[in-house]
Amino acid sequence: MKAIVCVKQVPDTSGVVAVKADGTMDRAAMATITNHDDLAAVEAALELKDKTGCEVIVVSMGPPPAEGMLRELIAMGADRGVLISAREFGGSDTYATSQIIAAAVNKIGVDKEDVVFCGRQAIDGDTAQVGPQIAEKLGLPQVTYAADIDKDGDKLTIKRLLEDGHMMLSVETPCLVTTVKELNNPRYMNVGLIQECFDKPLDIFDYEALKDEPLIDPDTIGLEGSPTNVYKSFSPPAKGACQMLEGSDRGTVDELTGILADKHLI
Amino acid sequence: MNFQLTREQELTKKMVEKFCEEVVAPVADDMDVEHEFPVDIVKQMGELGMMGIMWPKEYGGAGGDYIQYCEVIERLTAAHAAVGTVVAAHTSLCTGPIYYYGTEEQKQEWMVPLAKGERLGAFGLTEADAGSDSGATQTTAVDMGDHWLINGSKIFITNAGYADTFVITAMTDKKLGTRGGISFFIIDKDDPGFSTGAEEDKLGIRCSSTRELIFEDCKIPKDRLVGKVGQGFKIAMGTLEKARIGVAAQGVGVAQGAFEITKEYMGQRKQFGKTINKFQYPAFTMAELYTRIEAARLLVMRAADLADKGMPCGTESAMAKFYASEIAMDMATKGVQFHGGYGFINDYSIQRYFRDAKIMEIYEGTSEIQKLIVSGAILR
Ligand SMILES: Cc1cc2nc3c(=O)[nH]c(=O)nc-3n(C[C@H](O)[C@H](O)[C@H](O)COP(=O)(O)OP(=O)(O)OC[C@H]3O[C@@H](n4cnc5c(N)ncnc54)[C@H](O)[C@@H]3O)c2cc1C
Repeated sequence: MKAIVCVKQVPDTSGVVAVKADGTMDRAAMATITNHDDLAAVEAALELKDKTGCEVIVVSMGPPPAEGMLRELIAMGADRGVLISAREFGGSDTYATSQIIAAAVNKIGVDKEDVVFCGRQAIDGDTAQVGPQIAEKLGLPQVTYAADIDKDGDKLTIKRLLEDGHMMLSVETPCLVTTVKELNNPRYMNVGLIQECFDKPLDIFDYEALKDEPLIDPDTIGLEGSPTNVYKSFSPPAKGACQMLEGSDRGTVDELTGILADKHLI
Repeated sequence: MNFQLTREQELTKKMVEKFCEEVVAPVADDMDVEHEFPVDIVKQMGELGMMGIMWPKEYGGAGGDYIQYCEVIERLTAAHAAVGTVVAAHTSLCTGPIYYYGTEEQKQEWMVPLAKGERLGAFGLTEADAGSDSGATQTTAVDMGDHWLINGSKIFITNAGYADTFVITAMTDKKLGTRGGISFFIIDKDDPGFSTGAEEDKLGIRCSSTRELIFEDCKIPKDRLVGKVGQGFKIAMGTLEKARIGVAAQGVGVAQGAFEITKEYMGQRKQFGKTINKFQYPAFTMAELYTRIEAARLLVMRAADLADKGMPCGTESAMAKFYASEIAMDMATKGVQFHGGYGFINDYSIQRYFRDAKIMEIYEGTSEIQKLIVSGAILR
């Protein structure tokens, strides 16, 4: 059994956004972190590994330095990594990206008992589209917003987190699950695994490796082939300081309406 | 010469920084007030391979090196000195001699659980009348044919209240004295006739455990002897030679932690219309202190590198220890000073560094003893 986890390296949002001439983000010029929702997916897969002993494969599409992130995930307990990286893939929108990742996952191979994990959404694009699109392209059933996952043979019982409650779902493997960062506390790298992480297998899937995959259509990948185009990326101007009022009594409400009235907002 | 960290060392640094930021630092001040031994943190560190960083995997360790060990000790200490103390005493003082001088059987039985962090270790050398003069051991071990009988006591032993495994020195032949008369033993916390005293109330590192070890006709099996009869003092000194690298890393950690807190405070506090870091005297003092912290760190890394290469490091570790503990004191003192009155108030963390810094100049050989070692080596 395998757990294949799709992970994205994203700009550290506490830093400044660097933008290229074509309006897309200059990822190489920004400090990076592992996307929070994706770390929850990695942790969910590692917990599955703790329970079942399954193999955990971390997959990322991104520039070559994303290998560093994959090594860190291996130091947390993943068994091996796959880096999808090629100039031809650069600038892909969610449609193109999910096509490429689906092709890569397909190349790795999805067997009867396997689970594909994705984070709900990436903090840079915030679309939450890639996970579900990968599932569609691979023809897998999908469960989004997973909060708890139990596996029994080829069946997963998943607690799905909704705004006003939760939903218990049962799904057969193979399937795709998306996770939110509130799910779990991702483990730290382990010093012993740090010693091994650079020796564990890490395959690079470049354009050559994927171009003949049936899911790849060369006309709909990369910046050129993407149906959506980024018009402009920018750091929003900082908002003014926020004032917090506490309490649910009449006095607090009066204070609030007073402030709003002073600003001629009401 | 290579001042570049390896990829593994870089990742270890990143890992321990995150761990300290999220797990150790947020509770440090409260734990210090409560004198709370970091039981849960130690357990978590064991699971993360932090309780046996430089020991080989086949003996339960993480398979790392002394540089990584020093990175971890420095950062832990920068967040909370007592946590650094617990790990250092466990790793280099207790597990160290079993690794370097123990038999294969002793390593399997005693070292593996220590290196995995399943058991906690302590090291007993100091006695009431044998401090700097640690060869003046009064505790005795008598060969009773099928077991050893130990009588006496050790004082100020780090981790004692929570340790499962202890390593100690005891006199096996008074006539031979320090060299040849002392032997080295492993003690289990449940050995008959062994007990620990009350917790000491301390100036600093208040979350670490410091107790007396008491041996009253303590019976231990014959296979607990480490090395040969009479090699105990040599083993203890050999152990300290490498362990001091860890205390030196603690010194750098206290200094670095105090520096970071002070830097932040100086950037916020305004007097005479500007922040404290805009006044030249505090700014230049911080520049000097920062330079000395970096110098101390390089001395630590130099000693650690020698240890990793299996080369003698006694002089280097002694230099690193007294230099780093001195900068820990100086940085903490100036840190309190640049906090002004707030530095004296217990709501601010800097006072904890001020109290924690002092032990670095005392345990595992005082600064005077380190200078005795260095002068002995360079003035021969
Ligand atoms: C919190 C704490 C934890 C400790 N943990 C451990 C532990 O885990 N295991 C353990 O075995 N011990 C431990 N110790 C003991 C520690 O190592 C000793 O206290 C230390 O070595 C000094 O010995 P002493 O206290 O007897 O001081 P003394 O030896 O009495 O020294 C008094 C003063 O005289 C100076 N002095 C002594 N001899 C000379 C000399 N020849 N030349 C110049 N100056 C000299 C010393 O530097 C010092 O300033 C711990 C102590 C403390 C406080």
